[in-house]
Amino acid sequence: MNYHWDWGIFFKSTGVGSEIYLNWFVSGLGWTIAVALAGWIIALALGSVLGVMRTLPGKLLPAIATAYVELFRNVPLLVQLFIWYFLVPDLLPTPLEMWFKQGISPATSAYLSVVVCLGLFTAARVCEQVRTGIQALPRGQNNAALAMGFTTAQTYRFVLLPQAFRVIIPPLTSEFLNIFKNSSVASLIGLMELLAQTKQTAEFSANIFEAFTLATLIYFVLNMSLMGFMAWVEKRVRIPGMMGGSK
Amino acid sequence: MSAMISINNVSKWYGDFQVLTDCTTGVKKGEVVVVCGPSGSGKSTLIKCVNALEPFQKGEIIVDGISVGDPKTDLPKLRSRVGMVFQHFELFPHLSITENLAIAQVKVLGRSQEEARDKGLKLLDRVGLKAHAHKFPGQLSGGQQQRVAIARALAMDPIAMLFDEPTSALDPEMINEVLDVMTELAQEGMTMMCVTHEMGFARRVAHRVIFMDKGAIVEDCEKDAFFGDINARSERARQFLSKILQH
Repeated sequence: MNYHWDWGIFFKSTGVGSEIYLNWFVSGLGWTIAVALAGWIIALALGSVLGVMRTLPGKLLPAIATAYVELFRNVPLLVQLFIWYFLVPDLLPTPLEMWFKQGISPATSAYLSVVVCLGLFTAARVCEQVRTGIQALPRGQNNAALAMGFTTAQTYRFVLLPQAFRVIIPPLTSEFLNIFKNSSVASLIGLMELLAQTKQTAEFSANIFEAFTLATLIYFVLNMSLMGFMAWVEKRVRIPGMMGGSK
Repeated sequence: MSAMISINNVSKWYGDFQVLTDCTTGVKKGEVVVVCGPSGSGKSTLIKCVNALEPFQKGEIIVDGISVGDPKTDLPKLRSRVGMVFQHFELFPHLSITENLAIAQVKVLGRSQEEARDKGLKLLDRVGLKAHAHKFPGQLSGGQQQRVAIARALAMDPIAMLFDEPTSALDPEMINEVLDVMTELAQEGMTMMCVTHEMGFARRVAHRVIFMDKGAIVEDCEKDAFFGDINARSERARQFLSKILQH
């Protein structure tokens, strides 16, 4: 292979303004983080509500939550993104549609689409974890809380959820990392996040190997840091005397 | 003496399977009633019907003048007035002992944090565990946890206490420390309904003994009659007693 390696490429000018290639990666990383964190907030909030719904007595609320999970888990992420970006805006009331298509910048409309898409997609997965976390608790905990006079809402708030969330920190960590990795689909609707900037660098400079090596490293370091953060959270909320906590 | 708990013709089914058949009995104010019988006889189910942790399909249960089965009954309020102690303690593992004792006082009864804390500590002292206030349930022995569970129920100033096999999950060495607390409580005049196999406790403390088999109340008589006049008992009760009194 006659490839000319040049690791100095990242400090060279892109020819666009006064930017060097490294600026593109920094900006891309910023978008990746902005997409993933906003999506995660939606996923965690909505997923928790849905997960609770799946464990409630009665028929209607569990059925709604189950239908949601099946819908969002069984359609490919990329298909969902195209639906949110190309289809849903046309179904909005005209003023909203005009605002989405003309009132905001293309970057903002792409950003909103991908945040909603990733948030709702990941919510289905968070829902399943919250549900199993709750169902893994001894049934007696629910009874004990009710027997003390807690309402169902108080039982979840003070007794079931604080325990369930501790149980599911490890699988939630995986989802948290997944949303960062999945955010790369945004490159397909033109949002200049990390992957899009990498591709652009590769095209502009022809240093495709260096560009993708750096992108790989950035994703790797980012996810390792997130894992470290979640391990820290897990340690902080550990209960003395149980679940691997110290005596 | 008026009836604190009255159970009239209660029947319950799980699908086609009848678990309670026309159960009628009651507990007067200040009375201690022990419910015994082989496993699967429905005694735990019956006691859980009293505070509506288990629904029943026929009959009625009146607690301090309030019908438990009435859909209009404020169940959390009713339950907050009836203490319950479970076989597996069911302390909330993510809360310290102090918080376990205080949380329902604050969230259900609306007491202030200090008031709830002081009351909890006083009761903890009463069951001999004041030194453990700062610990978590997982750091205590089974007997200690069950004493905390009794203190937690008492902190709500209950009008009656329900015990669902409170010593069945304990090591033999720890049974007495729990029975001692229960005995003391009975002597102070607490209204108690206890599902238990501890016939020594029944002999010493109970006013009445109920014997259940296959979901029905087979015997319901004064303690002295139950243990004294064995020949007047039903065949099934004699069998049961001869088995468990051998030891």
